[in-house]
Amino acid sequence: MLTKIVRTVANQLIVFILIFGLYVIAHGHLTPGGGFQGGAVIVSGVAMLLVAFSSQELKKSLRERVLSIMESSGALIFITLAFIGIGTVFAYNFLVGTPIFGRIPPTGPNPGDFWTGGVVPLMNLAVGLKVVAGLSAVVLALALFAGGEEVEE
Amino acid sequence: MKRQVTGLIVLLVVVAFLVLGVLPPIMRDFGYPPSDMDDYIIENAQEETGNNNVVTSVVFDYRMFDTLGEATILFTAVTGVLLLLRASKRREESS
Repeated sequence: MLTKIVRTVANQLIVFILIFGLYVIAHGHLTPGGGFQGGAVIVSGVAMLLVAFSSQELKKSLRERVLSIMESSGALIFITLAFIGIGTVFAYNFLVGTPIFGRIPPTGPNPGDFWTGGVVPLMNLAVGLKVVAGLSAVVLALALFAGGEEVEE
Repeated sequence: MKRQVTGLIVLLVVVAFLVLGVLPPIMRDFGYPPSDMDDYIIENAQEETGNNNVVTSVVFDYRMFDTLGEATILFTAVTGVLLLLRASKRREESS
């Protein structure tokens, strides 16, 4: 555990890191980024908390079972969304033109409508969930192992 | 001494392999041989998938199967790390 200055700054900074990561994930179909990149941003915030506080402190709020469930549900949502469109072809974008995320933007430069993209925003969310949970579990497990602690069930 | 000489030979072989493998695509002119796929995706991605971000539309729509493999690699890596750390801890306890 580091000094009080570092802990206070990390406490304030994690809010902005989480907001930016969620922004990158949610706007994956409009701006550069996506599920993998936004998830990496959020996991960098988790690593910052791991440095500022000790791994034993962080273990109380990040349970490994919860992280496993989050990662598995992200993968399941991803594969389910890919299999729903199998009537046409595997991973068919079946939501384009429907009321859910179905608007079609004009070809060429445009201001960007969030309610577009079909199945892609949902897949970005699923992949973001998966990356956040998986990499957080890896970082936390490695830190606990280096400290001689057991990985909590 | 002998190990160093062997390492140097292996290093030279690997570097020669990489250089010979990488150079021919670089030595060609930029954009040749031309491909029709990228033009098609740039022109039709917004209309077909509704994404403004053409890269995301390629990753999550046109080449979705590769992304599935990527996610599987991540899943396998996480599972392996957690399994490995837990197993090594258990072995220390039993011995």
